[in-house]
Amino acid sequence: MIRKQDLGFRLGTGAFALVLILIVVAIGFELTRQSMLSIQKFGLAFWRTDTWDPVAEEFGALPFIWGTLYSSVLALALATPVALGIAVFISELCPDWLKQPLVFLTELLAAIPSIVYGLWGIFVMVPAVRVLETSLPPTLRQLPVFSGPPLGVGMLSAALILAIMVIPFTSSVAREVLKAVPGAQREGAYALGATRFEAIRAALFYARTGIIGAIMLGFGRALGETMAVTMVIGNNPKVSLSLFAPQYTMAAVIANEFTEAADQLYLNALIEIGLVLFIITLVVNGLSRLLIWSMARSGSRSRAAAAAAPAEVTAA
Amino acid sequence: MSRTSRRKLLSAIFVGFCALAVVIALVPLSFILFFVLKEGVQSLNLDFFRHMPKPVGEPGGGMANAIVGTLILTGLGSLMAVPIGIMSGIYMSEYAGSRMASTVRFAADTLNGVPSIVIGVFAYGIAVLPFKQFSAIAGGFALGIMMIPIIARTTEELLLLVPSTMREGALALGATRARAVFTVVLPAALPGIITGVVLALARIAGETAPLLFTSFNNHYFTTRLNQPISSLTVQVFTYAISPYADWHRQAWAGALVLVAIVLVCSLLARLATRRLEGMQAR
Repeated sequence: MIRKQDLGFRLGTGAFALVLILIVVAIGFELTRQSMLSIQKFGLAFWRTDTWDPVAEEFGALPFIWGTLYSSVLALALATPVALGIAVFISELCPDWLKQPLVFLTELLAAIPSIVYGLWGIFVMVPAVRVLETSLPPTLRQLPVFSGPPLGVGMLSAALILAIMVIPFTSSVAREVLKAVPGAQREGAYALGATRFEAIRAALFYARTGIIGAIMLGFGRALGETMAVTMVIGNNPKVSLSLFAPQYTMAAVIANEFTEAADQLYLNALIEIGLVLFIITLVVNGLSRLLIWSMARSGSRSRAAAAAAPAEVTAA
Repeated sequence: MSRTSRRKLLSAIFVGFCALAVVIALVPLSFILFFVLKEGVQSLNLDFFRHMPKPVGEPGGGMANAIVGTLILTGLGSLMAVPIGIMSGIYMSEYAGSRMASTVRFAADTLNGVPSIVIGVFAYGIAVLPFKQFSAIAGGFALGIMMIPIIARTTEELLLLVPSTMREGALALGATRARAVFTVVLPAALPGIITGVVLALARIAGETAPLLFTSFNNHYFTTRLNQPISSLTVQVFTYAISPYADWHRQAWAGALVLVAIVLVCSLLARLATRRLEGMQAR
């Protein structure tokens, strides 16, 4: 029997919980409302054309989509092996006394503010990248991926800094996912005479859905990362395959041009970019959460859902 | 080479790679900390905390207004996020099995993944555009939205850690659900929840993107909530992309303060959680 007071408690706390859901809905609604002008005027052409000239009122968002996807995919390619290596090392290989310090250090990487990454990127990493780029042999410079002047700022710097920033997210979730793999999986493998690598491979295979979820979570982070990327990517709306070329991302163009957007159409175009960024990250994060949860449910049952889907990588 | 030794070699290479991965991640971390410390210490002094920014060309000056601004903004953010976050955390843990709870959990995780710049655009539409005025309130609103999911999920997880016998004991004594939660379960988890809130604060204090066009920036000292206000992060950004060496030094000093905030909070949280885990083990 439900007591009256208990019902009140449920409704009271539920009202606050409802706020959380409403915020997500409101973001989608508000961004759509504020970008109507641009949506109606350009339609789908907005995402197919690559001329971004606010003065001439020509708005084509292709360079930003390209820059966002290209930098995130590159970052993911760099970060994923490292992140998984860290996860395996911490959860399977390292001695117990080393675990906590390593977890603390890798998660410190997630706690450092984006702006500090950006500052470090501008003054330390970009000059180093420039040296790296100039020292590339001329024969390789013929390739389209290395074309253009070696400026330091550009796609390569953005991908590198994103990779560093994404590592802790992916590795922390991958670690939790590996924790949810039953010990019997590894013991079984060892009992059959497997080497360490083969036993861990079996565990990784068992955890594959969760691992993919962890990688996608990192992808979601990379897509939306703003400050550090803005400061090192060069902010040039050009679609290019070159790693050396200054390019632009969706988040960066909003950060840079929002306060300058004098007329309504310009502002609406920027908000539409925000809307699409919102939708993309929503889908990517949603999928990754579902994968991680389904993994946790099929793994150990005791509180695994909460364990395998940490609310946030905290430095705790 | 025999098959067995090949397998052993492969295994050794794999173990070596994993160890290398840890080193690869720790290199940038130590580089960042080293440079922030080295460059920051050179320009960080008492004036940094007491003085206002100086115009270009005049050396010295500080970020007193930005530090106060960051305090005000994070304060406003927590004013909004702590009640909503903790109450929805309670809901998620108390009614863990319900469909509503999993929807809320999903919403929290989704909100957590929304890029901070998008939160900024949203806050602009809600709290800047209607009033045609950048303001501290708008900035605090943006930060608050970012804090809510972190606090909600931390609260939920910590409440679930409290042994169910405690709740059952209270209920068996005839307490209402609300009374059991607020006088027994919540106090037991409170140290952890406070830790979570502190961590959320540390993270939010380092946010730049949501503030760029909500609280904007202000060269002057202000505590008025309906005016644009300066913040450490936006100030560091402004200085970092400027062409002046003096300003670059100030940016490094600001970065050092930001990193120190994060580091101190993380260490405190680390100690607190260790104590909590100790209690759990008993």
